[in-house]
Formats: sequence, structure tokens, C-alpha cells
Amino acid sequence: MSTQAPSRPNDLVDLDSVAIRFCGDSGDGMQLTGGQFTTTSALFGNDFSTFPDFPAEIRAPRGTTFGVSGFQVHFADHHIHTPGDAVNAMVAMNPAAFKVNIADVEPGGVVIVNEDEFTKVGLKKAGYAPDENPLDDESLSTRYQFRPIPISRLTRESLADSEMGAKDIDRCRNMYALGLVYWLYDRPLDATIDYLQSYFGTKKNLPKVAEINIAALKAGYYFGETAEIFPVQYRVSPAPLSKGTYRKISGTEATVLGFAAAAQKASKDLLYAGYPITPASELLHGLSGLKHLGIRTFQAEDEIAAVCAAIGASFAGQIGVTGTSGPGLALKGEALGLAVMLELPIIVVDVQRAGPATGMPTKTEQADLLQAMYGRSGETPCIILAPSGPSDCFELVVEAVRLAVRCMCPVLFLSDGSIANGAEPWKLPDLDAIEPIVIEHPTEPAEGDEHYRPYRRDPDTLSRQWAIPGTPGLEHRVGGLEKEDITGNVSYDSDNHDHMIRQREEKIRRAADIIAPLEVDDPEGADVLVLGWGSTRGAIMGSVLALREEGCSVAVAHLRHLNPFPANIEEILNRYETVIVPENNTGQLKMLLQGRFLKPITGINELKGRAFHVHELRDRIRDLMQGGAS
Amino acid sequence: MSDVALPTLKAKDFTTDQDVRWCPGCGDYAVLAAVRKTLPDLGRKKEDFVFISGIGCAARFPYYMETYGLHSIHGRAPAFATGVKIANPELDVWLISGDGDLLSIGGNHTMHIMRRNVDVNIILLNNRIYGLTKGQYSPTSERGKVTKSTPDGSIDSPLNPLSLALGADSTFIARGIDIDAKHLTTLMQRGAAHRGTSFIEVYQDCNIFNHKVWFYASQKDSRPEHTVECVHGEPIVFGSDRNRGIRFADGELQVIQLGGEFSEADCMVHDERNRLQAWMLTRMHHPEFPEPLGVLYCNPDVPSYGAALEDQVTAAREKRSGQDLATLVRGRETWDVD
Repeated sequence: MSTQAPSRPNDLVDLDSVAIRFCGDSGDGMQLTGGQFTTTSALFGNDFSTFPDFPAEIRAPRGTTFGVSGFQVHFADHHIHTPGDAVNAMVAMNPAAFKVNIADVEPGGVVIVNEDEFTKVGLKKAGYAPDENPLDDESLSTRYQFRPIPISRLTRESLADSEMGAKDIDRCRNMYALGLVYWLYDRPLDATIDYLQSYFGTKKNLPKVAEINIAALKAGYYFGETAEIFPVQYRVSPAPLSKGTYRKISGTEATVLGFAAAAQKASKDLLYAGYPITPASELLHGLSGLKHLGIRTFQAEDEIAAVCAAIGASFAGQIGVTGTSGPGLALKGEALGLAVMLELPIIVVDVQRAGPATGMPTKTEQADLLQAMYGRSGETPCIILAPSGPSDCFELVVEAVRLAVRCMCPVLFLSDGSIANGAEPWKLPDLDAIEPIVIEHPTEPAEGDEHYRPYRRDPDTLSRQWAIPGTPGLEHRVGGLEKEDITGNVSYDSDNHDHMIRQREEKIRRAADIIAPLEVDDPEGADVLVLGWGSTRGAIMGSVLALREEGCSVAVAHLRHLNPFPANIEEILNRYETVIVPENNTGQLKMLLQGRFLKPITGINELKGRAFHVHELRDRIRDLMQGGAS
Repeated sequence: MSDVALPTLKAKDFTTDQDVRWCPGCGDYAVLAAVRKTLPDLGRKKEDFVFISGIGCAARFPYYMETYGLHSIHGRAPAFATGVKIANPELDVWLISGDGDLLSIGGNHTMHIMRRNVDVNIILLNNRIYGLTKGQYSPTSERGKVTKSTPDGSIDSPLNPLSLALGADSTFIARGIDIDAKHLTTLMQRGAAHRGTSFIEVYQDCNIFNHKVWFYASQKDSRPEHTVECVHGEPIVFGSDRNRGIRFADGELQVIQLGGEFSEADCMVHDERNRLQAWMLTRMHHPEFPEPLGVLYCNPDVPSYGAALEDQVTAAREKRSGQDLATLVRGRETWDVD
């Protein structure tokens, strides 16, 4: 279809960016639909950012508001940072989806609804009053480009000759809607056709299903072309990305690839031990198919067993990794304390979600920073890293492994739901340019020692050596009881305990010697610095660029290393009159910075289970700048 | 056989320079001695042994073994052991811990290592009490037991470790007694040779907080009447004069007096491959029955977790030999920006 000329080239309207939200019942295939639109836009050359939003219930009662699943994709002809604040176009497959999402659509935006589902039963399930049909509201047509379309009926009619059952046919409604949207935004169909052929046709061996999905997709597209329900088509041109080969990548995918790359760069096999938990389970899924690259996965009986198995693998000389979300990190706390004591490398991925307790498992939050920092008994310093977006996970995971084996300590990797599930374009890295991760297991006691001394430290890094079972002559015991310096024998000596705590702490501090300094983007010598960490980067960058366009002078920096901080952070903080830290928590980084550097920090804090909206954050930063530091 | 002769090791070679800190008279000393005596005859190199424990008196064990050792956290030793075996299946991993550690806080992990059949030798030092925390009742303490935390007597029903093991599809279960080193050594040799999880329960005396709790089974005068040594292929007979036996009749096990109405021919013949029979043996409790000792169940036909995993790794390497990291990083679809 890519070769097909637009039917009415004169009616093409150029837009610089569009945010579309596909929403429907969780069984309606909205994630697939949004994912396909994203892939098509990526291949078309747009910059993009996505926000999948789905309920924890796999199949909530059909048609209810709590079963609504949504996928927002923001695509643009320029560099963008977030999935978009306001929705420019919405496709709602049922009344519940309409009800939940209509308020987010901007005035004048496109609203496509599957009117066939607005039946008495459907409306009742969505919680509308008897005799109330929101589509009867005449203001819809004045507020929006409102298009009620009988998508269910049109899909059935277009597939009437397929000889497939009603159930299979009805499952093609999402492709019909996607085809219509492809027409509206002048997108080619080939990528989705390829996908449907390979997924249903080849992988699932259901060629008939592939066929009717493709037929529905095309029917939707032709409907847009012939029915003249929209006066114009829209076009978003490719974005000027830097030269190179790109792919679409989610945070989860980038994390998986990062571990595969790290294992190869370290010439080591890797064990990922996990227990299913939203939104980290996909890491286990992704890594479980990589046995051919030396990655073993272990689905443990619980979160505790997962971290313990990872530590066991590390003791035996592999790269031990576990992954979880906030509640699971709490369960792993005791074992992480042991890993600190054993001084063994281990990487713990925490895909943060909205807490406390079970909280909102499918919604994002950044509230595990203090847990990562302090959520264990005793003094247990660990290295903490946080990726700034989906693609950043790749590089930072490699760094996490590098730091863990260098410092012989746990490294916590604080991702979150929006990073893990969000996707963006990623310029393929030059794998050969990634430095090897050098690991040297000793084969004999250190010079001058008769026996192997497990807690003899490197004078520069303060790391101990990693002698592994199977090495003759280096037999030794490690455990959770306090260690005597150098020998590692059990010791209750008070001075030794004080000394060992400080050694473990200093070892982590010295990791700052090799982590990148914090970079500040400050073209005009501003008085105000906006400092972020983790997934807030997109909204912060969007806000800061908008404020600069308004003429405000504002500096911006983003922390990827939370413990230890980059060596130059204190100097940077002191350079600015006002430091604003936006976080999706009540002020955890703010507390760490204030406590450590005695520098007053202004927090912007929001816990709504989603990332900041750019315009809201921009307004709040502007208010703070105009009102002075609070 | 390997071309390189293994060095001749002795029990002394497995002894560390650390002072053993168990209470004088503790049953753990005897087990330590038996383990040190067993290892040299297993045909393994010293550096290939790994001892892993949880928390408790028994869990100090690795500190006293001149091997690789990991003294972990409470209850989780099976999970650490699983990680070690996944990372390096060649290692000979021994897991030594107590009844509180393996059956209470760690019950979950004990169950799962068994059903996975990870090739680890587990020795449960069962003293029916919490020793390190100074005398609370444990999951194997008998009902009615008066301890510091049960002044009116325990109302918990005790757990039977071997029944639990069978329920978790353990492929090797055995029982021995701390002071019978010779017997223990035999059990440990069998356990070490078993490819899969071997689980050996040891009746161990805590002479401070639960002294004599096993004396009915461990002492010379009472042992023959209150225990029965189960030997594969032989009738199950016990008593100082071998005058009593166990028979299966009316859907249950019964103690029979031999010499009159019954002879050895009426006794059940021990078959360590028979899981149902093993289950019935584990349900023989003192004082109604003699308690069974020896290898009660052994099924060598179940592949170990490690073997199954390595089969998958080998298969994946063959099947996807063309898919390297670069292919994976490229993914399904890419586009070029000029």
C-alpha cells in the first residue's frame, strides 16, 4: 500500500505531531493496535513515544470501565520527549472506553467511536443511566470532530464471505479501526500486513485468521478513502533524526538486550532469577528465550528465592540478576543485605509501580528510591542507577553489570512502568565499541598470603577478589556474620565491625570515580536548575524547552546515578539559586539531596500513576520561577 | 576414570582452622565428623565441594568444612544452592541446616528444591527445638511440648520431614542418627551418588534444650525395639532378637510378633523404589511403631534439574546458532535515516 498515492492529495493537512489514543475493552486488542500504529510510524520515520495503559485484570467483566485498556502513541516530525499530554485523536471501541477517555481529548480533536457497541446492554455495563446515551449529546459534534461509525457491523459485512465464525470476525474490529486511522493519517499498511501474516499466518499457523485481519484492515482503510467522513487527511512528516539505523524499542526490550550484551562483554553466562510480578514479568519472558546466548532464567517459587538464587549463581561465578517491582524488592531486602556482606556482584532490576502494598500494579511511580537506598537492616550501601527512558536501559544495564563486578556489590536498577512499557526510536548501538567488562577470578592467594584471604581489598577500589568454587587451593567460607577484615573469619570485635562498615561504604563511594559527571544543559547561565531522575526526563525536557521558547532562562540536568551521586553534583547544585526536582513521589530525591548537601531543594511532586504532563509541569516550573524559590 | 589421579584426601583435609563453637556434647559434632569422613571417598576434588546453610546452630556447619562454603540467611539455603547448581552443575553441593530453618521459615524452598530435583545433598539436623534462639518449640516438636514459648504445652502438630519430602516428590529420602557415624556415612555416600535432591534426616540431640528427645531411637538398649533398619530387598524385621516385623494387611502396616503365627515371610520386603511403601514407612511413628532408618526411597530415573536445564541450553545453542547478539539487537524491523 505504500506505493498507493493518496486519494485526494489536495486535502492533505500537515501536522507537526499527533497523539492518538486507541481504547477499548481489555479483550479488544488495543495494545496490539497501538503497537502496530507505532511500528508503522517508526518505519515511516517519525519520532515517537508510547504509553500503554491497561488494567491489572486480564479479562475484567466485558464492557466495564475497569476493564478499559488504552494505548497512546505520540508521533512527530521533530524530536519529542513524552507520549503527549492532550489526546488529538481517540478511537473508542465501546461505551466504557469512551467514558473513561473522552475528557482527555483536546477540543477540536478527532473522536471515532464504534457506535454499534452503544447498545442498551453496553451502556449499562459502562455505568450509564437507563436511557442515557452519551452519543446523543449534541455538543460532541461541536466540541470534537465526532465520528460515530458502525465498526462492528462494517467489519462483519466486509468479512461476510470469509466463511469464518462470528467470534473470529468480531476479533478483527480493531484492525478495521486501525485501517481507518491509517487512512486518516496517511500511513502505509505494509508493516501491519507483514506482521499479521507472520504472527497469525506463520507463527500461530492460522492463515485464515491472518487473511481476515488483513481484509478488515484494508476494508477500514478503503472506508476512510470512500466514505468521505473526514474532509481531510493528515500527514506528519518524518523527523530529522541523526543518521543511522533505528528500531523501535521498549524499556523492557532494552533491558533484556542490555543483559545479553553485558554477558557477552564480560565473557560470562548470566542467570536471571525472577518471580512473576507486574510490570517486571516481561523481563523474565524476554530473557527466557536467550539460552543460546548463555542466559539462563529461573522462575523461582517466590521473590526471596529469586534473589537468593541470583546470589548463589554469583557465588559460583556467573552474573546473578534478579528483577521485580516494589513489593518484591521489599521481600528481597534481607538477601540484599547478605549480598552487601558477602561482597558479591548482583544486579536487581526494580520496575517501580504505584504503591504502597499492591497499589496500582499497572501504573507508574518513582516511590522506591528510598527503599532502594535504605530498605534493609543495618548499613547496607548499594549502587543505584536509574534509566532516563526506554532506550537508555540498554547502556545503563551494561554499566550496572560493569559496576557490580568492579565494586563487588549489589547494583539496583530503578526502572518504572512507564519506561518498561513505553517505546521510542533507538539508534542501533555499535556493539564493538562497548568496552569489555573485565573480570579476573584469582587462581592463587595474593602475593605474601599463605592462604586465600577473601576480604583482602584492592587498595584503589576497595573491592575484594572474586574467587569461585572449583578453583583449587582457594577454598573459603563467606556468610552473613560480620567478617574479620582480610581473613573473612567470623568476628564480633567492635573495632573491626566499625571498620568493615566504613570499608563497605567507602567502596561504594569510590564507584563515583568511574561514573560519568553530571552534565548540565544551560545555554544562558540560568539561576534555576531543574534536576530530574528516571522517567521524568521526557516531561522535564519538554517543559524546559517550552519555557525557553517563552523566553525563560532555565537549566536542566538529569541524574542516572543515584548512589553514589556523580562527583560533581555538589558543585552543580551550589551553582544555582533555585534547584527544582520534579518527582513522581513525595520528594525522595529531594530528601537525599537536602540531607547530603544541606542545599534547599524545591520539589514538584505528583503521584497520579502516570508521568507528568508537559504543560502542567511547565506551568508549575514557571510559577515557581515567577514566585521565587519556595 | 580421569587420567589424572585424584589426590588422596583424609578427613583432616576437610577441617578448617576455626574453633568449633557448638555446645560440648552437641549431636552436630558427630555429624561433622561423619561428613568429613565421607567426603574423601566420594572421588571428588576438594575444590568442587560447596557447603551451604541457612541460620541456626546446624547452619554454622560450613565454617568448619575446609571447602567452599556459604552461610546464608534464614530458611533460604535451598534457593542459594539452586543458584549455585544452575551456574555450575559440576559442583558437589551439600546443604546442611536444622528443622527450624528448613521446615519452618524455609519450608517453601525445601519443598521446591525437591520437586525440581536439583542435584543437592540435603542433611537435615532435626533436634526438634530451636537451639540458637535458646529453646522455643520447632515445627518438629511433639504436641504438648513445654518450652519457653509454650509454657502450657505446644498445640501444634509436628511436621514429619520425610513425609513432607515424599509429598514434594523427593527422589531420595533417608534417615539416620547422629551418633551412628558408620550408618550415616553409608547414607551420605548413597545420597552423594544420587543424581537429584537427596534428603537425609538425622535425629540429632540438642543436649542443652532438648536432651534425650531421640534417646528411644539412639541408645543401644532401646534402639532395636524402637527403630527398624530398612534394607532394600530384605524383610522389615526389628527387635533385639529380630523377633518382630512389619507386615502390610487390611490396608495398613501392622507390627507382628515372629516365631508363632507369623514368620519373616509374612513381613513386608523393603523396596526402596516403591513410593507408596515408602510413604507408609514414613508414617510409622514412635511409640506405636519402630521408626524406620536407612534409605527409604530412591528413584534414580528422574532427570535432575541441572541435567534438564543443560539439555535445553544445548538444544537452544544448536537451534539458534545463527542468532547472535547483533541480530537480536536489530530486532524484527529497522529503518535507516540518511
